[in-house]
Amino acid sequence: MKAAVVVFPGSNCDRDTKVAIERATGAQVHMVWHAETELPAGLDLIVLPGGFAYGDYLRCGAMAALSPVMVEVRASAERGVAVAGICNGFQVLCEARMLPGALLRNAGLKYVCKPVELEVANGNTRFTAAFGGRRRAVMTVGHGEGNYFADPETLDRLEGQGQVVFRYRDNPNGSARDIAGIMSERGNVLGMMPHPDRAFEPELGSSDGALLFQSVLASA
Amino acid sequence: MKAIVHVFLKPGVLDVQGKAVESALHGLGWTGVEGVRIGRVIEFDIGGSDRAAAEAEIRAMCEKLLANTVIEAYRVDVGPAP
Amino acid sequence: MAASAQTMAETAAEFGLKPDEYALIVRRLNREPNLVELGVFSVMWSEHCSYKSSRVQLAKLPTAGARVIQGPGENAGVVDIGDGQACVFKMESHNHPSYIEPYQGAATGVGGIMRDVFTMGARPIALLNALRFGDPSHPKTRRLVSGVVSGIAGYGNCVGVPTVGGETNFHRGYDGNILVNAMCVGLADADKIFYAAAPAAGLPVVYFGSKTGRDGIHGATMASAEFGEDSDEKRPTVQVGDPFAEKLLIEATLELMASGAVAAIQDMGAAGLTSSSVEMAGKGGVGVELDLDLVPQREEAMSAYEMMLSESQERMLAILKPGREADGRRIFEKWGLDAAVIGRTTDTGRLVLRRSGEVVCDIPLAPLTEDAPRLERPWVEPQVPARLDPAEVPAPDDWEAAVLKLMSCPDVASKRWVWEQYDRHVMADTLEESATGADAAVVRVHGTRKALALTSDCTPRYVAANPFEGGKQAVAEAWRNLTAVGADPIAVTDNLNFGNPEKPEIMGQIARAVDGMAEACRALDFPVVSGNVSLYNETGGAAIPPTPTVGAVGLIPDYGLRADFASMKAGQALLLVGVSHGELGASLYLREVLGREAGAPPPVDLELERRAGDFVRGLIRGGQVSSVHDLSDGGLVAAAAEMALASGVGVELAPTSATHAHAFLFGEDQGRYLVAASDPEPIIAAGRAGGLNIALAGQAGGADFACHALFRIPLARLRLANEAWMPAYMDEA
Repeated sequence: MKAAVVVFPGSNCDRDTKVAIERATGAQVHMVWHAETELPAGLDLIVLPGGFAYGDYLRCGAMAALSPVMVEVRASAERGVAVAGICNGFQVLCEARMLPGALLRNAGLKYVCKPVELEVANGNTRFTAAFGGRRRAVMTVGHGEGNYFADPETLDRLEGQGQVVFRYRDNPNGSARDIAGIMSERGNVLGMMPHPDRAFEPELGSSDGALLFQSVLASA
Repeated sequence: MKAIVHVFLKPGVLDVQGKAVESALHGLGWTGVEGVRIGRVIEFDIGGSDRAAAEAEIRAMCEKLLANTVIEAYRVDVGPAP
Repeated sequence: MAASAQTMAETAAEFGLKPDEYALIVRRLNREPNLVELGVFSVMWSEHCSYKSSRVQLAKLPTAGARVIQGPGENAGVVDIGDGQACVFKMESHNHPSYIEPYQGAATGVGGIMRDVFTMGARPIALLNALRFGDPSHPKTRRLVSGVVSGIAGYGNCVGVPTVGGETNFHRGYDGNILVNAMCVGLADADKIFYAAAPAAGLPVVYFGSKTGRDGIHGATMASAEFGEDSDEKRPTVQVGDPFAEKLLIEATLELMASGAVAAIQDMGAAGLTSSSVEMAGKGGVGVELDLDLVPQREEAMSAYEMMLSESQERMLAILKPGREADGRRIFEKWGLDAAVIGRTTDTGRLVLRRSGEVVCDIPLAPLTEDAPRLERPWVEPQVPARLDPAEVPAPDDWEAAVLKLMSCPDVASKRWVWEQYDRHVMADTLEESATGADAAVVRVHGTRKALALTSDCTPRYVAANPFEGGKQAVAEAWRNLTAVGADPIAVTDNLNFGNPEKPEIMGQIARAVDGMAEACRALDFPVVSGNVSLYNETGGAAIPPTPTVGAVGLIPDYGLRADFASMKAGQALLLVGVSHGELGASLYLREVLGREAGAPPPVDLELERRAGDFVRGLIRGGQVSSVHDLSDGGLVAAAAEMALASGVGVELAPTSATHAHAFLFGEDQGRYLVAASDPEPIIAAGRAGGLNIALAGQAGGADFACHALFRIPLARLRLANEAWMPAYMDEA
């Protein structure tokens, strides 16, 4: 498998994501600076990592969504390459309109960092196949704007088409319908607030995040 | 010309900050306050003298970057430089 | 700028310079200084930069050790952690700014301490914060807590350095002066540490980072008449932190260092451009000439004085090797940072500043550092109370209520409300943090089996009662906390927070607390490698409780062999290691349950401390135990209750044969640990063979926290008491 992690100014989970993918899959991981206009050839996975791209100024993910590299990320997604946005990366994908909806300020108004229990709402995706029918996963969240919002029709459609991939068992941020992660209609673009990149070995409290990267490997 | 862009959450979107501020105002005794919404004001200078053209340009900026139209609406005021 | 001699002497007084200090400046220059020069002197000779009141005291602290690569005097201390790697760390206060503007004050405190660490070539890998607030009932406390915590979170989370530990305490003694002490820990290659000393003349001086504005310029100065009528425009402003700029600054600085272009480097902290340029040239024994017109500026028409004293954040000064300007340009452009060559080092030994083509400052550098006042401030021996006889302290009327009161009092109650706002996991190397239940935070050395153990400690009520014993205790507790997770304690950074040193009683607290710290550091081979002093923490003549915060770092050779206190299992025996006399003086039981603050603090026997610690560490390293908790605030009851809560397993404390059960259960005798053991007999035998006191103190199991006939509390109820206080307090409108 060959993967790329996009580095925006202010990304801070870029190294974590690289290490997590390497440990979980043995894949070769390229770091791609946001100003690049080309991506390495033959990628199976592109990850937009967590952090505070452009300081989260204006709106989380808004300026990163307009980075030069995003042209190629979008084109790759259209060709069917798997794209995952984690935390800030999810915010970027929504701002780029590669996923529906938006991420609002947490209902509690505070940044929240804690382990959360997730329901694997759809175990039959490119990102969850390796969960092997497991319906529960544990990962940590760490965000101030993870409160997923979309209009009711969009939410109905996401649910009806199996595009809700992860749900919170105990909603930490007020997300609509407890949504923690969604995917595109075609199933190759994933956005999620919890951090699989912080859950790839038992010492970190959970290895469930490794399964996500292994799922992509299996489908590659 | 001076541009002032107001960006605010659309009516259907719950404004958690607005709600918190409203309850704080109530706590301070301003019980008659209702419907607090928190938005953003962006000010900048823009060249040229054609007000309509400037406004169109600023609207494009809003659509592209300054507002997220999934959740936000905006209003543009353009006036002569002070 | 031209002021009469009379005015300049008056201005000097407003800048905080004493008449004899001003006379010394005139002697060194052979003339009156101008305003810019006076500003430079006043900053360099300030308490903050010169440590004039504390230097004599600080000299008593041991600073050398087998692992010490760099002791005090640089931006941060550096210790060897093996395999060619080094740990770089320091703690610093941002007390006053945090009281004035809690969010920005705390945020810029975090930013400042991180810069001290990455300036030395280390990537920051962990943050800790020791916070002391006023009484919860004080009208300002809630807003200060809320602002400080969100400021720390807003900055640290964005930069992407995990905030893994710290302390949050409340006492009315901090009503008018809160303490915000931030500690940063970084990782570097031992042979790639960067220093401030400029190595030669003729090298370019490069400014990079954020632009300079009028942030934080000394208030008294601004109010002085020389600035004319527009003083409103120029009033000192709160320093505002930009964590995004800091993140870019870290990456650009480390990249610049890796490129091999850096000859010397210094961050711009307090009085940014002045102290950084003076220190770089002064330490290198060269001179420096700067053209202030070239400094990237955020505001218009800034004077030389304003630029030299500005405390704008996220700025660095570097001296590049010859011909390496292009490397700098490429890297600054990549990271989008403002940068400019603003001058050169010279061989004159002088600081020369130009503005609009004119020389506005031309002074010798040597007096700025060498002649900095070094005061032998008079002090008096603190009055210390006698030991409190346990027989004089009543047992609780209602044991259950007493235990619940203790576990829900502000100093013991869970600080979940605080630490859930901190990103504790970014960098994916955090093994133990505030949430996990361990005496110290544990962070892996990336890519290895090694881990660093980190803690910050001080028990101000002990220091207030007896500065010497309290100083000893702060060091011993830090050493104990590192030991309790299985680490070898390595070194200390200290943050000495006290009142006005011009008062002999306060100076007595400083002198004796430092004596106590020095004795403990010596006995425990625990050198001080960096630190910071914050004095004048007084309001209306009332000083804060003396608070010498001790930050400390230890090394765990293999993180597979470590301990926390959250893994106790039902059926395990709880062993108490150490001697219990039932010390209730200055205890939490006395304060929280009986409402008294009296008596001598528990003394620390450093020899016993060391033996008990070495024994416990040996058990952890030998894989015999993995659940350990030190005894501190609240004694045996609090320690056992915390183990029970963190592990989700009940504890039945053994009936005590002590005459005064409450003294045994709530006493805060030092040098003690609780150890959960599946096979206790060999451990007891080994401990006793080593001359240690070790005894069965209880049994893990069930769903209650209980002690024989005295109390029985369901764990769920105890948890509620422990968890509910802080969120309830913060949510009160």
